[in-house]
Amino acid sequence: MLGLNKKDTSLLLIVAGLALFAPFLLNPFPADSGLAQFNAGYPDLMQRFVIFGIFAIGFNILFGLTGYLSFGHAAFLGVGSYCVVWMYKLVDYNVIWGLPLAIVVSALFSLLIGFVSLRRSGIYFSILTLAFAQMSFNLAYSVLTPITNGETGLQVYSNDPQVLLGATEPNAPHLFGIVMNQSKTLSMGAWEFTFNNGYYFCAVILMVVFYLAIRIFRSPFGMMLRAVKTNQTRMNYTGLSPRPYTLAAFVISGMYAGLAGGLMAAMDPLAGAERMQWTASGEVVLMTILGGAGTLLGPVLGAGFIKYFENIFSKINDGVLHSWFSFLPDGMENLLVGIVHPFVGKGWHLTLGLLFMAVVIFLPGGLMEGGERLKKRFSKTPEVKDPEHRPEDKPHVAE
Amino acid sequence: MDAILLQTLNGLDKGSAYALIALGLTLIFGTLGVVNFAHGALFMIGAFCAVTVSRILNLSYETVDPTKTDFLGNPLKVKTPYLEGWFGPEFGGALIDWSVPLAIIFAIPIMVFVGFAMERGLIKHFYKRPHADQILVTFGLAIVLQEVVKYFYGANPIPTPAPDALKGSADLGVLIGLDPNAVIYPVWRLVYFGFAALIVGAVFAFLQFTTFGMVVRAGMADRETVGLLGINIDRRFTIMFGIAAAVAGLAGVMYTPINSPNYHMGMDFLVLSFVVVVVGGMGSLPGAVLAGFLLGILESFASMNEVKSILPGIDQIIIYMVAIIILLTRPRGLMGRKGVMED
Repeated sequence: MLGLNKKDTSLLLIVAGLALFAPFLLNPFPADSGLAQFNAGYPDLMQRFVIFGIFAIGFNILFGLTGYLSFGHAAFLGVGSYCVVWMYKLVDYNVIWGLPLAIVVSALFSLLIGFVSLRRSGIYFSILTLAFAQMSFNLAYSVLTPITNGETGLQVYSNDPQVLLGATEPNAPHLFGIVMNQSKTLSMGAWEFTFNNGYYFCAVILMVVFYLAIRIFRSPFGMMLRAVKTNQTRMNYTGLSPRPYTLAAFVISGMYAGLAGGLMAAMDPLAGAERMQWTASGEVVLMTILGGAGTLLGPVLGAGFIKYFENIFSKINDGVLHSWFSFLPDGMENLLVGIVHPFVGKGWHLTLGLLFMAVVIFLPGGLMEGGERLKKRFSKTPEVKDPEHRPEDKPHVAE
Repeated sequence: MDAILLQTLNGLDKGSAYALIALGLTLIFGTLGVVNFAHGALFMIGAFCAVTVSRILNLSYETVDPTKTDFLGNPLKVKTPYLEGWFGPEFGGALIDWSVPLAIIFAIPIMVFVGFAMERGLIKHFYKRPHADQILVTFGLAIVLQEVVKYFYGANPIPTPAPDALKGSADLGVLIGLDPNAVIYPVWRLVYFGFAALIVGAVFAFLQFTTFGMVVRAGMADRETVGLLGINIDRRFTIMFGIAAAVAGLAGVMYTPINSPNYHMGMDFLVLSFVVVVVGGMGSLPGAVLAGFLLGILESFASMNEVKSILPGIDQIIIYMVAIIILLTRPRGLMGRKGVMED
């Protein structure tokens, strides 16, 4: 279907199904039960899953395929957000103007940064992208205040031109009248499911960009990108220059980031410079690695995983902990609460850091590799040792 | 003239901090070939060593002074630090006052130990992994260290003052024959610069004039051959990691009076010190020091009002611009050696 083989079609269908039924899947607990705090089926969080999923898919096209570790992708995220908010200010609240612009501008921006940064590789490339991102962040905070509104963040004011704004138009981001932050609630017994317009808009875009990512992964172009990662010298000797391929990958991932930033502003008409800070780039790196760099599904999983636990873990406070361990004797209860306390609530980043280190140390392939290992353990089919039929490394005579 | 002198001086203290952190970073590059994103966290741990020492020295007991009352009419409770009780107010008070310099003595063993633990416990297993993995795992470690410190010390900056004797400002202009009040400069920043120069000198002397340093330099040039000569180069490199950690830690200890430490100060300095290392040339010690001071001074010149009125915003981006230009024109940095981190 759509030029995909059977396996990829089913992968795409799985993602589509997950995205479509997310309001159900993420709300497995009744609304008034004690477990309702583990529900993730509310619009704000679901939107974040999808948006960061898009961001991570794009980042993975660069990092997963070519191995170039960029620490500056947050800059494109910020640019995308600014573009969309500017279109709100100038034209009207319809997101159809802003999103294409966000993609185009972030593409140009990443073309510029990529053209310079990709002259160097390895750690130098990481530092160069980091330097560019910090530069954009600092500029957005200080000199570019007329464009970015500095510390306050860019938002729509009532005296903005908004030339196309009609009298009947909704006064919030919308797509031809479908308002993003409106939702319908469906009550089924004790369960409550929320269907949000903005979420489904993002989900449709996620499906499109996921499909594009599959096509890129399976194309000859994707093969070239893998060649860059595996052995650049050999690629050079074959008579191919890696530069155009890496630059294309950089621009594509920059466009994904710009789109994600634009969608952020489409859900909530605000754009701030802090979206460009390098810690934000670090976050997308965490997501991609945690899920599994170089895999199709991994980055989406990683994004969902981090955003879910960020939300859930940071909500757990001492009161919740006490209610969990209340079946234990008092001394034990207090001890356990004391042990768990540093890792939840405000300490969620500690858990994230530990988890991330554990993944890099023990599971360099991320959650996807973990899943593969589990599958191997439980399936009876003999292990295929070398699926790609690589020739074995012969030891050097001198060694 | 005096403005130029003042800006140069202003650049020196930031430059000293950059140079010290970058020195440790580049030492680790040069010896172990590891990209250590947790180096900023070491700087921060050093700063919090100073905070801890000053808190320990300030531990006090309460006594009731019956002759005075507080504003509610109750007998006034007076806090006396134990040190003053033990050694008398004069010597004890001096000890408390000098807590930041005293913290150096405590910070050295702690930082060396932290460095050993990091190298043996974690980084050792990453020598054979790609640089991206090294960056990622040390980035994770930096987050963890930062959060641990935040858990114990809270998120707010903790003021840690310099000793009273070194608190004020010195009129440097008079010394070189300028008008009085033309060049006024905080004393502690001068101390910081002197301290940084001392540490840099000590590290260079250690590498240049001791047998241990000679072996380490040989190992940096050709690790395999040194190993074949029957020298346990790994152990020496571990010790160098400890020294690098101590250098970063001491930079942090002495920096506390300039900027109150908080848990993310390490991350703030990390990005800049990486830029410094890259500008100086990966693995080049003189390069790191030179680039540190150079960028510090450039930054302070760029924040002059005269410069800012011509090129608005230049102070925010000057360091990154210089880094980009240098990386593109001199890919190995100012003083980089051939073959370091080039793949």
